Amino acid sequence: MRQERIVLIGNGMAGIRTIEEILKLEKNRFHITVFGEEQHPNYNRILLSSVLQGDAGVDDIVLNEYSWYEDNGIDLFTGDPIIKIDTKKQVVYSRSGLKKPYDHLLLATGSNPFMLPLPGVEKEGVIAFRNIGDCETMMEAAETYKKAAVIGGGLLGLEAARGLLNLNMDVDVIHIADHLMDRQLDSDAGKMLKAELEQQGMRFHLNKQTVKINGRKRVTGLTFSDQSSLKADLVVMAVGIQPNVGLAKQSGIKVDRAIVVNDCMETNVSNVYAVGECAEHRGIVYGLVAPLYEQGKILASRLCSTGKEELPVYEGSIVYTKLKVSGAEVFSAGQFIDGEETKSIRIHDDFENTFKKVVIRDNCVVGAVLFGDTSDSSRLLSMMRSKTDISQMSKASLLPSEAEGGQGESLVAAMEDGDTVCGCNGVTKGEIVCAIKDQGLTTVNEIKQCTNASRSCGGCKPEVTELLALTTGEEVSTVAEPLCGCTTHTHEDVVAAIKEMGLSYVREVMNVLGWHSEAGCSKCRPALNYYLGLVSPLQYKDDPNSRFVNERLHANIQNDGTFSVVPRMYGGVTNPSQLRKIADVADKYNVPLVKVTGGQRIDLLGIEKEHLPNVWKDLGMRSGYAYGKTLRTVKTCVGKDFCRFGTQDSIGLGITIEKKYEGLNTPHKVKMAVSACPRNCAESGIKDVGIVGVEGAWEIYVGGNGGVDLRSAELLCKVQTSEEVLETISAFLQYYREQATYLERTSHWITRVGLDSIKQAIFDDGIGRDALIERMEIALSMHEDPWSEIVDSDEKKTELFKNKSVIAH
Amino acid sequence: MTATKEKKKIFVADRNELSIGLGKQVSVDGVVLALFLQSDGTVNAIENACPHKGGPLSDGIVSGEHVFCPLHDWKISTKTGMAQGADKGCVTCFEVEVNNGKVYVFV
Repeated sequence: MRQERIVLIGNGMAGIRTIEEILKLEKNRFHITVFGEEQHPNYNRILLSSVLQGDAGVDDIVLNEYSWYEDNGIDLFTGDPIIKIDTKKQVVYSRSGLKKPYDHLLLATGSNPFMLPLPGVEKEGVIAFRNIGDCETMMEAAETYKKAAVIGGGLLGLEAARGLLNLNMDVDVIHIADHLMDRQLDSDAGKMLKAELEQQGMRFHLNKQTVKINGRKRVTGLTFSDQSSLKADLVVMAVGIQPNVGLAKQSGIKVDRAIVVNDCMETNVSNVYAVGECAEHRGIVYGLVAPLYEQGKILASRLCSTGKEELPVYEGSIVYTKLKVSGAEVFSAGQFIDGEETKSIRIHDDFENTFKKVVIRDNCVVGAVLFGDTSDSSRLLSMMRSKTDISQMSKASLLPSEAEGGQGESLVAAMEDGDTVCGCNGVTKGEIVCAIKDQGLTTVNEIKQCTNASRSCGGCKPEVTELLALTTGEEVSTVAEPLCGCTTHTHEDVVAAIKEMGLSYVREVMNVLGWHSEAGCSKCRPALNYYLGLVSPLQYKDDPNSRFVNERLHANIQNDGTFSVVPRMYGGVTNPSQLRKIADVADKYNVPLVKVTGGQRIDLLGIEKEHLPNVWKDLGMRSGYAYGKTLRTVKTCVGKDFCRFGTQDSIGLGITIEKKYEGLNTPHKVKMAVSACPRNCAESGIKDVGIVGVEGAWEIYVGGNGGVDLRSAELLCKVQTSEEVLETISAFLQYYREQATYLERTSHWITRVGLDSIKQAIFDDGIGRDALIERMEIALSMHEDPWSEIVDSDEKKTELFKNKSVIAH
Repeated sequence: MTATKEKKKIFVADRNELSIGLGKQVSVDGVVLALFLQSDGTVNAIENACPHKGGPLSDGIVSGEHVFCPLHDWKISTKTGMAQGADKGCVTCFEVEVNNGKVYVFV
C-alpha cells in the first residue's frame, strides 16, 4: 500500500507542530514533504526578541534541527517557496521547478509584516521585525549606526525597541495612538508602561503619524504629518502583520481576511487545510502561538482519522498577550475595554506601580489587564475559559495577589504555559505539563529524562515537583526517587545492598540489582563508585572510568575543552616563592587567564589536557581539588596574627583543617571557612562547615550554602579547643558521608533530616561518636596527592592525557 | 550535490592503546575523532565534538556504546552519532576496521 502524501507549505511553528502531532498519532502512515521560504529549519519565532535582546543565539531557538526531518523521513526544501497549486490535479510547483503531487495539502504560510506604503520605504536601513534575517540586520546596523526609530508602539515594536537598546542604540518609538499597546491595554496601563520603558531609556512620540522616510540611498530620518521630523539611520517597522494568502487566493481557495477554515481546519477545497496565522476561523485570525498549537492538534486528528470516529473540533481560543520585555510585566486577555454591559474591578497602586483590571459581564470574567504584577494571569485565563460564575466570589479570590500578604496560589500555578521553568535548558511550563499528561509521567526523574527540565543545576526542582503535583492532581509521593533512570532502587536501597551482599565493584552492583541498562549512566556510575568506596574504604579500588572527567583528570574542564588548574594553598596563605613558581608556569605554558578564585587561591585557566601533568610537575604543589566531590578549600580571615579584632588564630586552624581533610571523598563538594570573630570575614555562615572564633571559644556552624540554594548555616555547637573542633568536624563529616545521598549538599541533607537528628548522632551517644571519628581516620588514611601520582606514572599519563595525531599518507 | 570524495583507509592506533570505557582523541589530518573500544573488540569512531556546544566527547563517561558529554551531559551514541533522549542532534560517524589488533578509520 502506497503511503499517503502530505505536502506542507510553510516550515514554521504552526505547520511543523501539526506534523509533530501527526507523527505522534501515525508514525509511518504518511510520506511528508515540507517547503519553506526561509533558509532555516523550524525555529521559535517568539524567541526572536530574545535573540535580539541578547538572551539567546540563533541556534538556541531552533525547534527542529535538520536531523529531526531526516530521522522522520521528511523531505525538506528550504529557500524554495511554492509558487503554484493545482488543486484539480493535486500538485504543487516550487520556484526552483520542483513538482510534487499530494493527497493532503497543508497551508501554514504564516504572515508577512505589514510595511506602511510610505514614500522612501524601499530605502536601505528600513526593515521589519519578523525573522532571523531581520535580527541579523539590526545587529549589524548597531555596529555602525547609533540612532534607531521603531514605528509602532505595539507588542512587537516594544520588544524590538528593547532589543535595540540592548544593542546600545538610541531608540525612538513612534506610535499613532495616544497610548502604547492600544490593542492590548487600556490607557491607564498604557501610561504606566510608557513610564516604565522611558526609565529603561526609550523615547516615545505618541499621536504621531509618519508620512515620509527621508534619505538618499540609506534612511536618514522620518517626517511626520505635523511637519516635525526625527533623525534615524535604522527604521524598524512594526505596525502589524498580514496573513500570507496570495498563493491560496490565486489557487481558488476561499480567502476572507485569511484562508477560511471550518472547525476541522478544512478549507473550501477538498484535501486542502490551513493552520496558523494564515487561517481564519469563525472570523478570527490568530497571531499567537497557543491557538496555533491547538489548531495543529485538531488538524492532526482530522488527517489521521479512519473516518469512523468522532473528530475533535476547534472552537476558537481566548487570546492573551504577554510582553517579553524585562522589567515591564504586562498581561492582557479577552475584552479589556469597558463597554455598556460590562463592569470592572480596578486596582491601581502607585506605590507598588501595579495596575490590575478585571472586566466582568453577566457574572463572568471576559477580560483582564495586569501591569507590574502578572501573577494572577493564569487564574483569570482559566476563569475566562471555563466561564466561571463569580457572583459569589470575593475580590481576594478573583485577584489572590491582592489578598493579605499576597498569599495567593503558588507561583507555578500562576505561570503561563510559555513561561520558562528551567532556565538552564529553557524548558517551559507548557512543555513539562504536556510531557506529564501525554506520557503519563509520575516522577521528577522521568520529567528530567523526557524534557531536560531540572537536568542541569537542579535549582528548579521544587517548581518541577510542584508542577507534577498540580498536573496529576496528586501530592507527589515523598517516596524517595530512584537513583537514576537505569533502576527502580533508591540510593538507600543500593547502599544497603552493597553492605548486606558484600558487593565490591560497579558492574556487580548493576547486575545483582537488575539495572535496566547494561552499563549505567552518568548519574549512577559516579554514585555507585562513591558508595562502594564509602562501604569498603580499604578494599575498594576506585574506578576512574566511573568518574566525571574533572575527577578523572584532576582538573576542571572549561567550555572550550581546555582545563584549569588550582593548586592547593592551605588556608589561603601563600608566599613569594610559590607566587614566582605560579608566575613562571603561567609564562612557560602561555596560560591565557590567571585568576584569583573565591576560595582564596589562584586559578590557571585554559590549559590543554596534554600539558596538565607537566604543569603540575613544574608547580610542585599539591592538587587543590577545585574539581572534586571533596573538601575544596578552607577560607580564613587574617585572625589574631595581624587583625585588630581577631580573637583567635583562624589561619592556623584553617590550615590544620585543610591538611587533615584534603582528598576525602564526600557526597558532594564541601566548603569550609574559619573566621576569628563574629565579623565573619571568611563568610563562615554560608559554608558546609563554618567556624567562628569568639573570646575563648569556637562556634561551629553547618549546612550553609552560598550557591544555587542560598542558605544560612545553623549553629551545631560551641567548643573550647581546636582538638574539639577537629573531632566535631570528623564526626559531622563522617555522618554526612554515610547518611546523605550522592550529590546531596549538606544544606539539602540538613533540611531533609533536621539538625537535631544530626546532633543526636554525633553528640549524645559517646560510642557512636567515637566510631564515626574512627571510620573517618580510616578513610583519611587512604589519601595520596593525585597530581604527583600521575606525574610519576607514565602509564596514567599516556592513557588519560595523551591525544594521538596521525598524518594520512 | 557534489560527489563525495573517495574515503581513505587510515591506520590510527593499535587496539591495545585503547581501553574499554575510556575514549581516545585522535586527529587525522586535522579531523578530530573520538575512538571508543567496545567490549566485543570492535571500535566506534565519531567526530569529537558534541552537537550541542562542541564538547570533547572523548572525555565523557562511557556507558556501553554511549558517551555522556562532559560539558552538559548530553548522551550520544558512539555507534550512530545520534543524541539520545530529549536532546536533538547528531555527530558524524566514521567507518572503522580492526585487523590483527590494528585500528583503521575511513576518513
